[in-house]
Amino acid sequence: MTHPSDTGPAPVLALEDISKSFGAVRALRDVSLELFPGEVHALAGENGAGKSTLIKTLAGVHRPDAGRVLLDGEPVVFHGPGDARDAGIAVIYQEPTLFPDLSIAENIFMGRQPRRALGRIDHKATHAATLALMQRLGVELDPDRPARGLSIADQQIVEIAKALSFEARVLIMDEPTAALTGSEVARLFGVVRTLREQGAAVLFISHRLEEMFEICQRVTTLRDGAWISSEPIDGMTEDDLVRRMVGRDLDELYPKQDVEPGQVALSVRRLTREGVFTDVSFDVRHGEIVGLAGLVGAGRTEVARAVFGIDRWDAGEVEVQGRRLTNGAPSTAMAAGLALVPEDRRAQGLVMDMSIERNIGLTGLRTTVRAGLVDRGAERSRSLDWAVKLQVKYARIADTVNTLSGGNQQKVVLAKWLATGPRVLIVDEPTRGIDVGTKAEVHRLLSELAADGVAVLMISSDLPEILGMADRVLVMHEGRLTAEIPRAEATEETVMAAATGRAAA
Amino acid sequence: MPESLTRAVRWDTVVGALLVVLLLLSFSTVDGFGNALNLSFLIGNTLPIALIALPMTLLVVSGEIDLSVASTAGLSGAVMGKLWNDGMAIETIIPLCLLLGVVCGLVNGLLVTRLGLPSLAVTIGTLAAYRGIAQIVLGSDAVTDFPSQYLDFAAGRIGNTFIPQALLPFVVLLAIAVVVLHATPFGRSLFAIGANEEAARFAGIRVRRHKLILFTVTGLMASLTGIFWALHYASARYDNATGLELSIVAAVLLGGIDFDGGRGTLGGAIAGVFLLGALQNVMSLLNVSAQSQIVVTGVLLVISVLGPRVARQISVARAARSAG
Ligand SMILES: Nc1ncnc2c1ncn2[C@@H]1O[C@H](COP(=O)(O)OP(=O)(O)OP(=O)(O)O)[C@@H](O)[C@H]1O
Ligand SMILES: [Mg+2]
Repeated sequence: MTHPSDTGPAPVLALEDISKSFGAVRALRDVSLELFPGEVHALAGENGAGKSTLIKTLAGVHRPDAGRVLLDGEPVVFHGPGDARDAGIAVIYQEPTLFPDLSIAENIFMGRQPRRALGRIDHKATHAATLALMQRLGVELDPDRPARGLSIADQQIVEIAKALSFEARVLIMDEPTAALTGSEVARLFGVVRTLREQGAAVLFISHRLEEMFEICQRVTTLRDGAWISSEPIDGMTEDDLVRRMVGRDLDELYPKQDVEPGQVALSVRRLTREGVFTDVSFDVRHGEIVGLAGLVGAGRTEVARAVFGIDRWDAGEVEVQGRRLTNGAPSTAMAAGLALVPEDRRAQGLVMDMSIERNIGLTGLRTTVRAGLVDRGAERSRSLDWAVKLQVKYARIADTVNTLSGGNQQKVVLAKWLATGPRVLIVDEPTRGIDVGTKAEVHRLLSELAADGVAVLMISSDLPEILGMADRVLVMHEGRLTAEIPRAEATEETVMAAATGRAAA
Repeated sequence: MPESLTRAVRWDTVVGALLVVLLLLSFSTVDGFGNALNLSFLIGNTLPIALIALPMTLLVVSGEIDLSVASTAGLSGAVMGKLWNDGMAIETIIPLCLLLGVVCGLVNGLLVTRLGLPSLAVTIGTLAAYRGIAQIVLGSDAVTDFPSQYLDFAAGRIGNTFIPQALLPFVVLLAIAVVVLHATPFGRSLFAIGANEEAARFAGIRVRRHKLILFTVTGLMASLTGIFWALHYASARYDNATGLELSIVAAVLLGGIDFDGGRGTLGGAIAGVFLLGALQNVMSLLNVSAQSQIVVTGVLLVISVLGPRVARQISVARAARSAG
């Protein structure tokens, strides 16, 4: 189905010549966009192109410097997210904003809980409504558990449930799938299709191009805050889209070099953390990239955390380059040459209030030292080196990281760990929220690291990424390693079969 | 300069400016303020707060607090008096008392880092416990007859100036603390821990060890202050320095150290300490009652938590407007 142009229905929500600046940074310049009922509209652009800013302007988080927002053709001014919600606009922001001490159900129905007589909150009804939402999304999450400690993927699910919990005419989703694997994405898309058929308008952001082609009818592209194009997505190729986003042709997305694996660099033996994962054993050799696949909740992140020493293990052992690691001690793991790029950049990867420079510097406090003091010159050049290498888009290296776009924050986390010169590198969703151009860049970097003899363990929910980059794929299912698949035999089918427990290997 | 720092500096400057204004006003309008004796009183009375404010600043930056410091100081003084009465040599007593402070701090630190208890709760508990032990040790005695060269040092001035001799060691300690907090990897880690403990742990920072060290040093400094107090006022009693923690915390927060951790500078904290000290001095000269002085301290405590936040919001709002 192609989409309405001038003769079709009127747009339910439109932006007209919107501009927005943050200090010297012009995040949006004269951007226009029309959202029609019954369409899923993609918003494409590189990291820092202005997508999230546009959404926040639509939702009343930011006030535009110039331009108008039109709802059903009438100019509106939203004074905050509450106004937008009352107008029937549901927004899933890029960074989950849950209250850690409230339960999942309370988070979803914050301020709108079903009431009983005398205004008392009806916990039963809230619970039931939450369960229904979870079923619709096909996930099993206990409505009564607190949000604290939820994985990034689960937090995203809760945000999605929150947006779906009221009848929205417009659903805006900023990278809702970034941490989700195939089956959760399929469920979400099922829900989105139903909403669309009911006449809702959906604005969808993702850095996974195939998702845009799968679910969207039209696409608007932004580059450096400027509007580039709005057009039907039918008939476009991925290359067309990339060219509009980046302004040039893209290098190969998975530039995997063949490397002869060397000695075992990371050896995990019968590692067990009760109730989380059981009897996990595997090796990663110097020069190898090993993919770790599995569904959300399979225990991949938990294994990585334990190996690095964030969580304690109950049984088993871990060796890095022949050195046994101490249980629960990240500093000894680092000293042995291990690095972990964590999945949750805001909670685990960054100190949001600290400068880019000092965030990258945090992993180098032991090395960039002169006479017992932090060597600021060395710290700055170390940080600059890596910020440039990863093409972080920033105004000044001394700016705090909370002024960066999501993808650029992710690059700072990568920089922070690559700067330690690790011999064994565990990356948990390394390209979550990173645009295609930079994704190719990160992949090239990982490939080069491997060629230099670094052992890489890559956890990713992006199956094409695993298939494109890994020499071997390990698959986890419900806390156990269920398969080890060599590169030649790894396909979507074989990996998914093992991940869902359909095949024993 | 990073945004967080410029904001903090702005509040520092506010406090520093307030201090200057208060001093100028007092010199010109308050009788007896400017004479050397009063100035030396002012500094001497503020020194105990200033000494403990040094480690307290580091502790608050890392997201913790120690309310037992005044009790630790009292306990050290009491034990010093008791052992002196029992005829022990002062050269032996002082190291023993310092060791006692280390133990007090270590207990706080272990309770917080090993059992994961909140430091506010732990140190309210030890605040009562340490003071109780002090009373058991010394009862209602007051020990006053310490060796005169020690008393002279703690109360004396440099030549004919108004500067207390004890100010010099304090300045050395201040310099060390500034370097540790603002220039060493240890200090840098404290800011990270206070702002986002989980991210600090993921960066390989030994969070618990850092905190344990801080609590221990705080105990040590508290007992040093207790010894100084007993000598300065030539009186070791179990209730020495009672309530001092309120002034210390108020001064540190007034100086722009964020109660939630991760933000602030030592310069600001020390400006806060002397602002509070000067204010108390002026109030005494103006015959404001002790109770009213406590009220003023309490009000300052509230302002000091609100002030930096309001200042920050104003500067954020201004930045947003200038961006428009
Ligand atoms: N609060 C802020 N203060 C200063 N600059 C900001 C702020 N928010 C966004 N920016 C800047 O505005 C630009 C656009 O950011 P935005 O978050 O909209 O990008 P994005 O397209 O969503 O990127 P990503 O794909 O990485 O999420 C970036 O250069 C970013 O650094
Ligand atoms: Mg974004």
